[in-house]
Amino acid sequence: MGRLEPGIHSGRLSPAEYEKNFAELHPVFNDHEALVASDRCYFCYDAPCMTACPTSIDVPLFIRQISTGNAIGAAKTIFDQNIMGGMCARVCPTETLCEQACVRNTAEEKPVEIGRLQRFATDKAMHAGKQFYTRPASNGKSVGVVGAGPAGLAAAHRLAINGFNVTVYDHREKAGGLNEYGIATYKATDDIAQKEADYILSVGGIDVLDGEMLGRDFTLADLKAKHDAVFLAVGLGGVNALTVEGTHEYGVVDAVEFIANLRQADAKGDVPVGRRVVVIGGGMTAVDAAVQAKLLGAEEVTMCYRRGQEHMNASLYEQELAASKGVLIRHWLAPKAVHSHGGHVSGMTLAYTHLENGLLKETGHTVDIACDQILTAIGQTLDVAGLDTVKVEKGKIVIDEEGRTSVAGVWAGGDCATGGEDLTVSAVAMGRDAAMSIIKALA
Amino acid sequence: MADIRNNFVGIKSPNPFWLASAPPTDKAYNVERAYAAGWGGVVWKTLGEEGPPVVNVNGPRYGAIWGADRRLLGLNNIELITDRPLQINLQEMKAVKKKWRDRALIASIMVPCEEDAWKAILPLVEETEADGIELNFGCPHGMSERGMGAAVGQVPEYVEMVVRWCKQYTRMPVITKLTPNVTDVRRPARAAKNGGTDAVSLINTINSITGVDLDTCSPTPSIDGKGTHGGYCGPAVKPIALNMVAEIARDPETYGLPISGIGGVTTWRDAAEFLMLGAGNVQVCTAAMTYGFKIVEEMITGLEAWMDEKGYATLDDFRGKAVPNVTDWQYLNLNYIAKAHIDQDACIKCGRCHIACEDTSHQAITNMVNGVRHFEVLEEECVACNLCIDVCPVENCITMVEKQPGEIDKRTGKVVSADYANWTTHPNNPMAKVAAE
Repeated sequence: MGRLEPGIHSGRLSPAEYEKNFAELHPVFNDHEALVASDRCYFCYDAPCMTACPTSIDVPLFIRQISTGNAIGAAKTIFDQNIMGGMCARVCPTETLCEQACVRNTAEEKPVEIGRLQRFATDKAMHAGKQFYTRPASNGKSVGVVGAGPAGLAAAHRLAINGFNVTVYDHREKAGGLNEYGIATYKATDDIAQKEADYILSVGGIDVLDGEMLGRDFTLADLKAKHDAVFLAVGLGGVNALTVEGTHEYGVVDAVEFIANLRQADAKGDVPVGRRVVVIGGGMTAVDAAVQAKLLGAEEVTMCYRRGQEHMNASLYEQELAASKGVLIRHWLAPKAVHSHGGHVSGMTLAYTHLENGLLKETGHTVDIACDQILTAIGQTLDVAGLDTVKVEKGKIVIDEEGRTSVAGVWAGGDCATGGEDLTVSAVAMGRDAAMSIIKALA
Repeated sequence: MADIRNNFVGIKSPNPFWLASAPPTDKAYNVERAYAAGWGGVVWKTLGEEGPPVVNVNGPRYGAIWGADRRLLGLNNIELITDRPLQINLQEMKAVKKKWRDRALIASIMVPCEEDAWKAILPLVEETEADGIELNFGCPHGMSERGMGAAVGQVPEYVEMVVRWCKQYTRMPVITKLTPNVTDVRRPARAAKNGGTDAVSLINTINSITGVDLDTCSPTPSIDGKGTHGGYCGPAVKPIALNMVAEIARDPETYGLPISGIGGVTTWRDAAEFLMLGAGNVQVCTAAMTYGFKIVEEMITGLEAWMDEKGYATLDDFRGKAVPNVTDWQYLNLNYIAKAHIDQDACIKCGRCHIACEDTSHQAITNMVNGVRHFEVLEEECVACNLCIDVCPVENCITMVEKQPGEIDKRTGKVVSADYANWTTHPNNPMAKVAAE
């Protein structure tokens, strides 16, 4: 049976198991559930949830609209602040944002389920094909947006509904950026990223050119010549590679690529996975890769992080999710060497680590973990190709509070720029705010 | 252990919880289930005169309003008196009473406002060995159009007249059920007393339309596109009922007249409140219709536990204790000064106290202190209106703290006085009775 087959193989589970494993993590509320959940909102003054939201959605108002039978109005309240409210409702780490701030946490350690209520309202509007915005006549001005991810599309939408002609350049085939290629499958079912992109683009005035990569197919100078303003939302295109011996062997895979392939696979059973998998990293990408490796049928998945639990970038909720799916999370372990047998990965040696005067040091002890596949999730990097003289510091494009880069007429936002939180929601906020700055500058 | 046995105008029941005359007491099946569940007494659904019974509508009879999570707060009905033949009801009442000797069984009656009608039905009811009768002068819908129910209850002279007939033609205790659909409930209460009633019970239901169907443009409950006013009851009407009970309890003309308290009794606490305002027992309907008969267990055990805690051995130990404290506004002590206080450990920082005070009251609660979200009462602005407490979602988070004599009221800058002083002697009152110099 495929389940226990050594090495890296697809088809480890039955079709029914794949379907169950990759079903939606939190299904949408039905009308009754939404009413009950909305009843719990206190309609706080100067609500902490709203302050905690990077896009400042008026949470008490939209929840009150749901509770009074006006889910469509609730969706407009959400979209006014965050045109990607649908995806954010699915992928936001609400436990560290709005729901953490909810006063119901203080009251009884059970916040109002803001994320799921937002999902309820935005789904209603999108299913109804309800468009709240109309594009006015073109103002004749043109903006080039590089990257069709959350920041790029949020900026494009805000610009389009203010009369600008927008051209979005993206090197991938589909729009959506990480929403399409980076989010765990069970958080973004039913082709939601494409549906949302279509919903956003349907307002008009936005051309998306796919297969177009900055630095390869065009230059920043080209864009500046063609457009009145440029918004860079290129994301983090590169990944950090493991720098230990043996990483060239078959079975060492970049976790970002692993997640993207899984998202794009029509049948999850076609995606190969090791019987025993080691994931290197402690962030959201590492968790998403580890959990999905398990869901694909890996027998053992061990996530190894070189620092302690308190240093992990993955939220506690995500860590618990991983544990509940059977992922073993080990801390204070740094990769030392990859072992192989016949050109295929057979295991890893990792060094125990600890902090000495605040510095991470190896203790001198090591451990060997047998595995057939290693997924590396040790950070993504800015691809600086094509950025010309745009100032970059510590791997991010430097921007001011309005999203302006060091180069006049060029704005930036999303994961590629300073100040974000590497979250869809903060990328949307940065895109929206940069658009407002561009509108002001070109007025 | 508290003794909650009840003796109401000589009618004994193991506890003060009776089911009011209503759908739950329509027939032997329901009444026996109620007794088995522990109810102390039952007022059988109102009997009409002999002959073809009334008919009910065949569409919705009830409408409701709800609070959070669809908790039923108010119920409205357009059901009429019993639609079963009189003889069936009488036979069942007799059989049930024989089987449940220790429980109270009261017959509610509504017949036309004619002496012969009352004279005819009373012996038939007496024959069932029911413990007493309740005169339904309250139903505001349907029957009132035929000159019965509230149509009688709204005319004190009729009330007195019918009570007198009943006292004349039966040995059974007479309880007169009053309608709240009047300007001053003391007038029908006085009339009932003048007619010789043994007790009054109140309130019956309040005229109401629970809502409007925005699609069909029809009031709800809606029958074939039309609606009519119905009788409103449930938790939402309790404050109205408490006030009317208190008005009768403290009226010199009806003082001491036994009262069976009705209106939104849902928990033991509601019952205790009615008793403290002078009611001898309570009647319950909506709570049973919402949750079933089992709720009486919560009422019995809750009342007993509270009485034990307070050291009340019997119901008489606390009955009417709040009546002397019901007064007119003009006698309230204007020298009593209180200030709201927010317990910062209990505060969940929802900010509702602030915005209620800021937008609609006295701007006496902060929302930000030193750049931090913080809600605190500004005593120099606080008039102790209580709104903050009323809107706070956390019980006991905000409390009213009485200022002691000698302390300064920061709002007025005056020293708090230990003396009692009310409006009747206040200098701003043009009618003030100035003490003779």
